[in-house]
Amino acid sequence: MADLSKDELLDMYYDMVLIRRFEEKSEELYQQGKIGGFLHLYIGQEATGVGAIRALRPEDHFFTAYRDHGVAIARGIDIKGLMAEMLGKSTGVSKGKGGSMHLASREHNFWGGYAIVGGHLPLAAGVALRARYNNEDFGVLCMMGDGATNIGYFHESLNLSAVWDLPVVWLVENNQYGMGTAVERASGVTEIVKKAAAYGMKEGPRADGMDVLATYDAVKEAMEYARKTGPVLMEALTYRFVGHSMGDPERYRTKDEVREYQEGDPIGKFGASLTAKRKAKKDELVALDKKAAEEVEAAVRFAEESPEPTYEDLFRDIYV
Amino acid sequence: MMATPAITTTATKRMTIREALSQALREELNRDDRVFLMGEEIGVWGGTYAVTRGFFDEFGERRVRDTPIAEMVIAGAAAGAAMAGLRPVAEIMTINFAFLALDAIVNHAAKVHYMFGGQFSCPLVVRTTTGGGRQLGATHSHSPEIIFAHFPGLYVCCPATASDAYGLLKTAIRNDNPVLFVEHSTLYQKRDEVPADDPDYTLPVGKSNIIREGKHVTLVSFSKGVHICLEAAEKLAQEGIEAEVVDLRWLRPLDTDLLIESFKKTNRMVVVEEGHALFGVGAEVAAQVTEKAFDWMDAPIKRVTTIDAPLPYAREIEQMALPDANKVIAAVKEIL
Repeated sequence: MADLSKDELLDMYYDMVLIRRFEEKSEELYQQGKIGGFLHLYIGQEATGVGAIRALRPEDHFFTAYRDHGVAIARGIDIKGLMAEMLGKSTGVSKGKGGSMHLASREHNFWGGYAIVGGHLPLAAGVALRARYNNEDFGVLCMMGDGATNIGYFHESLNLSAVWDLPVVWLVENNQYGMGTAVERASGVTEIVKKAAAYGMKEGPRADGMDVLATYDAVKEAMEYARKTGPVLMEALTYRFVGHSMGDPERYRTKDEVREYQEGDPIGKFGASLTAKRKAKKDELVALDKKAAEEVEAAVRFAEESPEPTYEDLFRDIYV
Repeated sequence: MMATPAITTTATKRMTIREALSQALREELNRDDRVFLMGEEIGVWGGTYAVTRGFFDEFGERRVRDTPIAEMVIAGAAAGAAMAGLRPVAEIMTINFAFLALDAIVNHAAKVHYMFGGQFSCPLVVRTTTGGGRQLGATHSHSPEIIFAHFPGLYVCCPATASDAYGLLKTAIRNDNPVLFVEHSTLYQKRDEVPADDPDYTLPVGKSNIIREGKHVTLVSFSKGVHICLEAAEKLAQEGIEAEVVDLRWLRPLDTDLLIESFKKTNRMVVVEEGHALFGVGAEVAAQVTEKAFDWMDAPIKRVTTIDAPLPYAREIEQMALPDANKVIAAVKEIL
């Protein structure tokens, strides 16, 4: 098991639960019409997000795609500002301009969720270039879905990162479907890490993305390599328990398949291993569950009570 | 009568646009370590238009970075570096290839400041070349600056003279917003007087320039079109027609005030551009002038543009397709 204290482990457990509660509440608020636009939930993928983000140092940077709530929470960004963003309020992390798909927090080195598939990959390469340019000791974690590995941006960004030895971990959150298209129906190479060979890049592991500590260990090692040597392509094999976004009819997979994965729920599994191996008490976990639910309720209250952006805000921040 | 831009320095040096751009880049590289260049063939090759010749040896590969032929990541990685606090000047060999970088420029460089509530800025310059007339065929001869100028969040700068190229490139590099800096592929050898003793010489964002004063008609253009207008104005002057020539310099922000001011003086206008007419600069300028100065209008605003066809290879018909001074003169005579 990773080099983590019991408190740190419980903290990770808490984050996973907090993400789950945050997402369940978001679904509810979406159905009530309080959250608009597209909503992509992280339910099922919590172990990947928490494991990966916890493996970063504070001075590391990270990017992700539009399924971005989980990693924002895992980095310790106050969920009040996240929930306010979901509700389009001026107190949101992006002042209500970004919404669910465009959360970010500069002070946490979280450069954002990006909604153009693959669009954030070159940006991550650019941030990583600063480390080499200024001889700074940080790495960049760039998360993406399996679907992003078939777009031109993936090829160009990974290639440049290899040519310039950029400190990037390209982490593919392989949840097995790009929207509704299974990996094997979209990619000539189904074992995505094998694509590293095309760039002369280090092929990282295919971590068990349903196991938070396995993901943590794998990302931590990859980040160390990246900071010191250069880019790594790795995967976290995961699964989303809900649709691609709200309103997904899910014709591309069976209910049995979903149920099978749900039985290996990453939160339940991690909780069980904490009680079995790290002497966590059931009560402790139950208390954390309760605390998470309360924190989400408080965030929703904050968001609901926050002011809407104004007409004047429309014209703010177009230019510096 | 030539009205030169306000130069605060006394000393000038006659140089080509290529030399002026080189000098601006060299001075900015020397001034600020955060400034670096990246793009196709800018280093070892020396730049396909030779603007960065010698830079690789002078500044080394940290500051002058050759890239693969990969426009999406050239623009995108430069945008990321800019967000992270560097001041990249990315070169896209020609604007025709910038179509491949459209997402990185329009959806990312131009949007991150707004979309994340002002948390990030993107002080990026993308240098590129535009224009037809070199027998390069349909895919290599576009003048699509207006596509980029459509979007809030981005600036689009199109210099026509060496002194402007010098001052505007410095302005673009020092500005905290993303700027598409569009050079014309047939103007690199154009010469004029450039400030020689002021390394901080810059020009304001979004300010156009009356490059020739006149009172009978206003000719509006940018980039190469300015020289076409100046040639037309010279010929018209021989017939006693005094044309005022406005060099837009920037398509975004568009200096509507100056256009209105000039129009109120001349009451007639011809807009010249190398792009196609449909939804072009002329369309926009005519709309704004009509909305804001209708009472001063003595004749319809005319447009001289590239014809509504892709550009061909064959020299003679390509030239027929492009704007030239005779077409401008004909347009002026239609409305006088």
